[in-house]
Amino acid sequence: MPKHKDLLALPDRDSQVNSQDLRVIGIARRRVDARAKVTGQTRFADDIFLPRMAHCKLLRSPHPHARIRKIDVTRALAHPGVYLVLTGKDLPIQYGILPVSQDEQALCLDHVRHVGDPVAAVIAREELTAFEALDLINVDYEILTTISDPEEALTTPEPRIHDYGEEGNIHKRVALEFGDVKQSFAEADEIFEDTFFYQGSTHLPIEQHASVAIKDPEGKLTIWSSTQTPHYLHRALAKVLEMPAAHIRVIATPNGGGFGGKSDPFNHEIVVARAALLLDRPVKICLTREEVFYCHRGRHPILMKFKTGVKKDGTITGMHLQTLIDGGAYGSYGVASTFYAGALQTTTYHVPRYRYEGCRTFTNKPPCGPKRGHGTVQPRFGQEVQLDKIAEKLNLDPADLRLRISESSNSITANFFRLGTVNLNECIRRVVKSSGWKEKFRKLPKGRGVGLACSAYLTGAGLPIYWNKMPHSGVQLKFDRSGGVSIFCGATEIGQGSDDVLAGIVAEALGIDPFDIRLFTGDTDLGPVDLGSYSSRVTLMAGNAALQAAERGKVMIAEAVAEKLEVPKERLHFAEKRVFDSMAPEKGVAFQEAVCLAEARFGTIGTVGSYTPPKSPALYKGGGVGPSPTYSYTAAVVEVIVNSVTGWITVPKIWIAHDIGRALNPPLVRGQVEGSVYMGLGEALMEEQEFRRLPKKLSHALVHKFPSMLEYKSPTSLDMPEVFTELVEEPDPRGPFGAKEVGQGPLLPIMPAVANAVYDAVGVRIDEVPITPEKIMKALAEKKAGREPRYGPSHFPHVNWPEALRVQPPWEGGDGNAVNEAPRRARPRTEKEKVLTP
Amino acid sequence: MATLPIESQRTSQIRMTLNGEEVDVSFAPYKTLLEILREDLGHTGTKHGCELGECGACAVLLDGKPVLSCLVLALECDGRQILTVEGLRSDGSLHPLQDAFADLGAAQCGYCTPAILVTAKALLDQNPHPNRDQIREAISGNLCRCTGYLQIFEAVEAATLKIAEQKQTAT
Repeated sequence: MPKHKDLLALPDRDSQVNSQDLRVIGIARRRVDARAKVTGQTRFADDIFLPRMAHCKLLRSPHPHARIRKIDVTRALAHPGVYLVLTGKDLPIQYGILPVSQDEQALCLDHVRHVGDPVAAVIAREELTAFEALDLINVDYEILTTISDPEEALTTPEPRIHDYGEEGNIHKRVALEFGDVKQSFAEADEIFEDTFFYQGSTHLPIEQHASVAIKDPEGKLTIWSSTQTPHYLHRALAKVLEMPAAHIRVIATPNGGGFGGKSDPFNHEIVVARAALLLDRPVKICLTREEVFYCHRGRHPILMKFKTGVKKDGTITGMHLQTLIDGGAYGSYGVASTFYAGALQTTTYHVPRYRYEGCRTFTNKPPCGPKRGHGTVQPRFGQEVQLDKIAEKLNLDPADLRLRISESSNSITANFFRLGTVNLNECIRRVVKSSGWKEKFRKLPKGRGVGLACSAYLTGAGLPIYWNKMPHSGVQLKFDRSGGVSIFCGATEIGQGSDDVLAGIVAEALGIDPFDIRLFTGDTDLGPVDLGSYSSRVTLMAGNAALQAAERGKVMIAEAVAEKLEVPKERLHFAEKRVFDSMAPEKGVAFQEAVCLAEARFGTIGTVGSYTPPKSPALYKGGGVGPSPTYSYTAAVVEVIVNSVTGWITVPKIWIAHDIGRALNPPLVRGQVEGSVYMGLGEALMEEQEFRRLPKKLSHALVHKFPSMLEYKSPTSLDMPEVFTELVEEPDPRGPFGAKEVGQGPLLPIMPAVANAVYDAVGVRIDEVPITPEKIMKALAEKKAGREPRYGPSHFPHVNWPEALRVQPPWEGGDGNAVNEAPRRARPRTEKEKVLTP
Repeated sequence: MATLPIESQRTSQIRMTLNGEEVDVSFAPYKTLLEILREDLGHTGTKHGCELGECGACAVLLDGKPVLSCLVLALECDGRQILTVEGLRSDGSLHPLQDAFADLGAAQCGYCTPAILVTAKALLDQNPHPNRDQIREAISGNLCRCTGYLQIFEAVEAATLKIAEQKQTAT
């Protein structure tokens, strides 16, 4: 038996996948928090008004790169109505989301790194007063050379934007090789080399970031904030404020959209916390839209080079991907993003040998970070467009090619990611059928075309952001004599429906109505830790924790009811607010009575559940980014109409099929799919976080081209095409009731499918996102002139790559460690593995 | 630059009808309708995403017509009728638009929802049977980043049917 087979062993968790008798799960229902949302009663952070509340505004750097020589706040402090002015020296401790990138200061001490970097804070009785006082602060800057993009960063090692990182202005370089890729190219019939550029874009949540902090009556800190990650904010506050974490309470208010943009601990959160403690009064900040553009943490602009070897039948022999990543001014999630940009290439199609080299540089722009699809969106674009080119060259239908080379369920990839259920082929077959692909592809009249692309995405990051062995999610349940159940969990509602997922799962397990449940979520004091709403982790992780807690409660209730009814407890069934004998359904008690019986029998009924992802077999350094309990799969077909005179692109319809395992609440799932399609379409056609240099005679500074919603184009209701959504439901035993993720995966195929459709329509390749009319016109002009009908980057600059960590793929005898790296940490092995692995 | 404390700048006073109720409010004269609704009248159901008239999140009905409350000076509202999301409900039950939005997934994060609801109400008041293109047009000034708009269109269409049914039952 080959050794790698053993690595496929399923985690030993027992998930409920039985689809019969489901009364809540899988049935369309009003989400538990819907009424609050449609009546305007959902309390977002800026909706909090407290007595004696002061307001905070931040003075931000007008320069992209400068040293701070001196700050004089005397006049601001003397301004009537101003309570406090803070500068960098008041909050000098560095922090950051990743332990390896603690490179931010709440207020810059001596170095500003992008336009918008905060240097001082004014706290005043009125917001307008604070705003006026900003003008009274004098900052003496010494202007430094600006680094505007990664190529400049590579050639301009000095001045350094940070004094850490690999060298010069290179933040992080990674090189990983899984098998001999050179040899795989020698074995190929055809080699394809393509360069792509994916422009940065921003989250653009409609809610601007806001926070309110108070010193509570006990002298401790409470902060309400629009954050996706209250637990990580909690840790950052404890560090920077030098306070015991037990004296800090973070309450994540429902987010008015997040999309990854509220996942870092932010300077404004730390500033209002410090101010509230100093002033002993509530302090609020709400960012302006322009400031939200400066917070950013959005999609990294990435230049990519793909080299792929294929056999005549389309089988991939090997792939080599290089990325050059524009990180912006801070680390943020960037090290993880750099690994993510190389992680998931192996999860959709079988890539037996794979090499990845990635380089993230610092530049003097707002920091990039995680946006929906974090790091995997850009290379997915390149891979899917290249596959379209491969299919054409090999004279294969792009759908047939993908069906032939796709990964299968329960397999392991060259880079040691263990896949769960894989229904990519079913997704492809569905969209091929629904879109009429066979009748349309290469057959539509000129100017009209269809394109197909696929994707995979994590159902939760397999590792936490800081190394620890504790669960990723915890849930406590309180069973009340009233028959009501309370759920306590750190999970954060950002619009995706995390509260509804928890209520639905617990209601199903206990046979009660979701509206009989009260939720206390996103509060670090009330609920056990959940790591946050990122990496599509909540449904699977918090969901499994909730299910475990509910099952534990059921055991106690069943025992008490069994005694009372004198039936074996195994025969008891929980449904329709009753606990009854499944052999004689009329024999039973109401759920409320069942809880009372249990309380009489055992005392107060409270249970806990927790979830820790299975250990990953990817043991090499960097193998911590990419593993997930299971992956979702998506296929999409996009139809476009391209005007060859103006280059204008219209998208009349999109067909998409998503492998979700099980849809817990179908309208919410459809909403996630369509919302992803929408956001992907925005990135495909118009959205860009762009910068420009001011003229030399001004300052030559690098400024955001358009930090406003008017100029940063995003699709409106008039731009949204018809979308035909299909869900492929084969429950995955790893997810609660079989559910996998849906919040991010469906975004990924849209951009490449648009590019492939444009090619089908007018015969030009746009190897760059966004795909604008201007680029189409340029490519059409190239075509007319008899040159390569293409618009896109032509070269990939030289990077001094480190020696790659070499990991043998599972099918070449690899054990998940790199052969040229000392074993890093022992993985607990199963008995079976101990026998098989020397 | 104004250096007076804002409290002493509360020199303007208006009387308007807010969600059917007459209210008097005094405020600093520079304030927008959005600001007095949220800050002086405690009506936080109306949101803001830019305060520059770009996102549509602050839409309310002014004498029955949708306006961006961040661009309307409060002083212009003396004697006028304002409807916000707080005024959509009647007799303790949700407006059919609210029910449909809640049931059909038209509100995800819920931040743009209040403005879209009142904008849709203005559409239906004027045109009880809009087609999808008219719905698209009516809410094209309201950005939503979550839904992709389709479930919003469907919810407005569902509400249209329900309102027609209710009218029929009433007559």
